[in-house]
Amino acid sequence: MSNRTVIPFGPQHPVLPEPIHLDLVVEDEKVIEAIPSIGFIHRGLEKLVEKKDFIDYVYVAERICGICSFIHGLTYCMAVEEVMKIEVPDRAQYLRTIWSELSRIHSHLLWLGLTADSFGFESLFMQSWRLRELILDIIEETTGGRVIFGSCKVGGARRDISSAKLDEIMKKLRSYQAEMNMIGEVFLNDVTVKHRMQGVGMLSKADAKSLGAVGPMLRASGVAMDIRMMGYASYGKIGFTPVVETAGDCYARCKVRIREIDASIDIIEKCVEMIKDGPIEVKVTGTPNGEFFARSEQPRGEAVYYAKANGTKFLQRLRVRTPTFANIAPLLATLKGCQLADVPVIVLTIDPCISCAER
Amino acid sequence: MCLLGMTKTVLKNLFSGPTTERYPFVAKKFLSGTRGKVDIEIEKCIYCGICQRKCPTAAILVTKEPKTWAVNRMSCISCNACVEVCPKKCLALNVKYSACAEKPYQDSFGPEKPHA
Repeated sequence: MSNRTVIPFGPQHPVLPEPIHLDLVVEDEKVIEAIPSIGFIHRGLEKLVEKKDFIDYVYVAERICGICSFIHGLTYCMAVEEVMKIEVPDRAQYLRTIWSELSRIHSHLLWLGLTADSFGFESLFMQSWRLRELILDIIEETTGGRVIFGSCKVGGARRDISSAKLDEIMKKLRSYQAEMNMIGEVFLNDVTVKHRMQGVGMLSKADAKSLGAVGPMLRASGVAMDIRMMGYASYGKIGFTPVVETAGDCYARCKVRIREIDASIDIIEKCVEMIKDGPIEVKVTGTPNGEFFARSEQPRGEAVYYAKANGTKFLQRLRVRTPTFANIAPLLATLKGCQLADVPVIVLTIDPCISCAER
Repeated sequence: MCLLGMTKTVLKNLFSGPTTERYPFVAKKFLSGTRGKVDIEIEKCIYCGICQRKCPTAAILVTKEPKTWAVNRMSCISCNACVEVCPKKCLALNVKYSACAEKPYQDSFGPEKPHA
């Protein structure tokens, strides 16, 4: 048996957008075990719910994550609305769905860029981010913010999108789709990219289930599970089928995300067709009293919000379970037995969002 | 399988200009819906203080005596909450952002001499 060495990976590492530390126990170039440690950027946002009233907390919830910010705000609103038995107008639900999917597209494009960067394909990284910028422009035009949308509120939406604007967005998205597919082709068919991703970081269907993987990580292992199937916001009305791949390697996870970009554009198109004129918010009166678990599908996977209120304007408890936290256990399983050079790519395929995970 | 999948994109890039904006040589174009800094039409303001109460980051300070309306630019998160609640509709979000600074600063408005 050769000697074992521990190599620290992170919290500062060129491929890591956010700090996570892994102690990699290696034998020669082979990773035997990975021991994670997190806690570098804990901000205590759950505790802040005792200081910010339940209406204002939406702004904090959106800031839990800088990428999937909108869906964090949305899930928080869903939890409070359910506690207060607020019926959100149909138009607001469709707008929420459109913004959720725009958020998913920009998050997946960001991920594609970071992954290209992790295996050293710089021009592909830049092209992915160039396309992301076009999506961010649509988001900024419709909500006012680039990544912190600020357009979701308890009881509905803050801003409306005119039907002319919706058609314009759809046209833009279809024209960008051709460019995205061109980039997608490189990810899926390029020889060097395939060499770096195919057969790397395998996660079997049984492991994905038993270790509690979520999001694209789970769906790439052949499990058709997506919280959008439960039909929150307006997903129930437009009909939703999840994107599933069966290989369970890094390539499959990449493929799921690329196919999800196309699926998101289709969802937005359906929303634009089905959206009807009407109010975008209802007046919120009173204070919440009760508790609820709200679940939503973020770009990275399932997020769970538990809200408990006691009839005052401050919530008693808010608990957030973010997708990255759930994906750390499957990540450690996939790292076992891999080559040291493959670690950055495997770590990135869970789409780590550590500030989310630590809140 | 393809070997040079990026060739088309690379060639396109060679003959088109850079995608990034040539700031500061070319002025930044703001999108119509951008939430930038908050502006006030001070002559319409009745100094009711609702915006101050609704501000989630406590960035706004309104005093009735002397009549002043001040906003801490570095605390403001441009959330639009003050604009939504203003009874006189004298607040609006400009598409431009507030200026960069090394230290927190506030902009004060009012008929009487505004405090620093």
